[in-house]
Amino acid sequence: MSDYFDTFGLERRLEIDAAALQRRFYELSRQWHPDFHQRATPAEQARALEASARVNAAYRALRDPVVRVEYLIRLEEGRETKEGATVKPKAPPALLAEMFEIQEALEEARAGAVDDVTRTTLVTQREGLRQRLAGTEAALAGPLSVAWDRATPDERPAALGALKEALATRAYLRTVIDDLEAVLGERAEETHVAHRRH
Amino acid sequence: MSRIVGIDLGTTNSLVAYVDDRSGLPVVIPDADGRRLLPSVVAFTPDGVLVGDAARRQLARRPTDTVYSVKRLMGRGWDDVKDDLRHLPFRVLPAEGTVKLAVGGREVTPPEVSAIVLRALKERAEAHFGHPIDRAVVTVPAYFNDSQRQATKDAGRIAGLDVVRIVNEPTAASLAYGLHRLGQGTIAVYDLGGGTFDISILRVKDGIFEVLATNGDTHLGGDDFDRVVQLWLLEDIQSRHHAALDRDCVDLARDNEAMQELRLAAEAAKVRLSSEERTTLTLPFEGFTYHRAITRAEVERLIEPLVTRTLGPCRQALADAGLTPADIDQVVLVGGSTRVPLVRRRVQELFGKMPHSQLDPDEVVALGAAVQAQILAGGITDMLLLDVTPLSLGIETLGGIVSVLIARNTTIPTSAREMFTTSVDGQTVVDLHVVQGERELAKDCRSLARFELRGIDPMPAGMPKIEVTFLIDANGILQVQAREQRTGKAASIEVKPTYGLTEADVERMVEESFTYAEADVETRLLIEARNEADTVLTHVERALRQAGALVGDDERRRVDGAVAALRQARAGTDRDVIRERTTDLNHATEPLAERMMDAALKGALGTRRADEVMRSGGAS
Repeated sequence: MSDYFDTFGLERRLEIDAAALQRRFYELSRQWHPDFHQRATPAEQARALEASARVNAAYRALRDPVVRVEYLIRLEEGRETKEGATVKPKAPPALLAEMFEIQEALEEARAGAVDDVTRTTLVTQREGLRQRLAGTEAALAGPLSVAWDRATPDERPAALGALKEALATRAYLRTVIDDLEAVLGERAEETHVAHRRH
Repeated sequence: MSRIVGIDLGTTNSLVAYVDDRSGLPVVIPDADGRRLLPSVVAFTPDGVLVGDAARRQLARRPTDTVYSVKRLMGRGWDDVKDDLRHLPFRVLPAEGTVKLAVGGREVTPPEVSAIVLRALKERAEAHFGHPIDRAVVTVPAYFNDSQRQATKDAGRIAGLDVVRIVNEPTAASLAYGLHRLGQGTIAVYDLGGGTFDISILRVKDGIFEVLATNGDTHLGGDDFDRVVQLWLLEDIQSRHHAALDRDCVDLARDNEAMQELRLAAEAAKVRLSSEERTTLTLPFEGFTYHRAITRAEVERLIEPLVTRTLGPCRQALADAGLTPADIDQVVLVGGSTRVPLVRRRVQELFGKMPHSQLDPDEVVALGAAVQAQILAGGITDMLLLDVTPLSLGIETLGGIVSVLIARNTTIPTSAREMFTTSVDGQTVVDLHVVQGERELAKDCRSLARFELRGIDPMPAGMPKIEVTFLIDANGILQVQAREQRTGKAASIEVKPTYGLTEADVERMVEESFTYAEADVETRLLIEARNEADTVLTHVERALRQAGALVGDDERRRVDGAVAALRQARAGTDRDVIRERTTDLNHATEPLAERMMDAALKGALGTRRADEVMRSGGAS
């Protein structure tokens, strides 16, 4: 079965011109959206519905650079392409060791009330992690994506490995930031947590 | 190809619209008397079913047989609505997968009541065009779940309408505004109606309306504003007039008619206070008259928490779209409740810009539905709406955890495939529980349906591979298909919707709806005339009991004569005579009414005369 890159007539590359992708998405939507096939035969309508659903799924998988990397890894590893499935790789051991201090502070904060000193420390840590998360995402969308696109077939496993590690780092950072925000009471308004971590 | 109309099936009012062929613009279809809004109210009287304004006039008179705000019950089960019911004067009963209303000596489901409103709109359109109309685009709140959308489609079918598309109200509104003519931009549509709230964030570019995120609350609207004001008035009356109430052993809270009067008075005051700073209320009760001034500030204090509740979903939708308020180019207000000044202020504060409200917020959704209808009919080809599913769709897995298949705010149509297998040797049936919502546990989400995949060939556990495709169509409604991969044959699926009507139910209701036929025009006018006569007779009797001492002998004879004449006319079937006699009685009692009003105002305001109060108090 063809993949989402094929749906948009693209090669399997991570660098994609966002504006061109959006233009193509609109063109394909005009071609397949059920609104424009109301008077077709039931079989043609079913085909349009399926094609339209596929165009939407493809756009969702490709429009965001980080989500695009996740999709590429699934493709390269030949896994089932499940929309909405969570990817939860293991966090890199070096990062875990590095985060030990923050985890301890979190444990303490959860156990008792957060005083002003602890709060300041946690806020500083959260800021640091947010910057680091932004850096990781920039690396995924930028140099790491470029590296994969330019890699020779021999270099590809290493390039893919680097992408996977960055994704794992990102997932872990997001979890810790979520935990920090929860302890700092910054998540009061949001009751929906189910999808924050994919 | 026959015409497709656009219908806004609202909590409070409903409308039908179409795109005019010559101008290419959407227009609302008025009824024979030029009225554009059809109140979404249905009264079940012994003489037949009334709908719209005629039914609305029955609210205080026949509170237990007159259904309003039925949209809040659509696609819902007993557990969803039981807390709401103490506020509703009509009886609601639990039923399999739905609720039933016990009104006018029979039981009806919410889709059947909505069907009566839809049928009235269908007839209005047919009268306008002079030919049958059998297809419509119907709008729903963006945050409606699968069952609520399905219930809306069912209502259409019962009314004899093929609902060719369910469209989200805020997105419909953006179509009506023709915002694509402004070129490119990001738009927030804030839609606060009678019973529901939606916020949608859209990107408009090259004629494509792409919804980025939507959020809302299907149980928050102007009805709730009315209710807090109503309860506040009730308390005030109870404290000011407790002596009279205690003497007559009246518990206003349990008096359906009085509570409906209060609700309507609260609503009217709210509406007046949208354009004025203060207003006065005068409500006659058995034994006393309640009179007071209300300021906008007082009402704002009461509704403030409700208005604030709309801001959380707005922030969530922005976050889901990856945007901040500064990224929003235009803000559009939709729904009658956005006329409330406090609502406008809060929206303006949140987004930091002046909202659009050029189009009538009551009509804009129907106009947009008409545009979408025209797109489907092939009459408009340069606009396309790409909407999203408002809630995540998932299946229940081991331990009651939800595995999300389609995340909220995914562009529709969309599909997800999942493989299932057996866990026991020789197993031939696999159960799936599909839920909708954002919580991690299935029990906290909305149960949509249980699917049974049947006819699996007996094999060792884990061997069968059943591929199930979950597809959310352009209406936001789920379709499920299953296929056994080894054999390639479609697996049979039995769907047990958790909420909603079965196919057989709907078939039966389509049949029965003909026996619910609305009273014909002549009968309807007669019923109305009689009802009005009853209302006046009741008021006069009450006034005579209350203020008999103010009536002289001559006057008494005139009034008694007019009462007797009206009673006689009412027993007949000539509605013109009934109307004449009603007018006569009104005339005969006018001097009495004035004296009573004067006395009531004196009681309330010391010794000032009524005409002084009118001048200085700024009464409307």
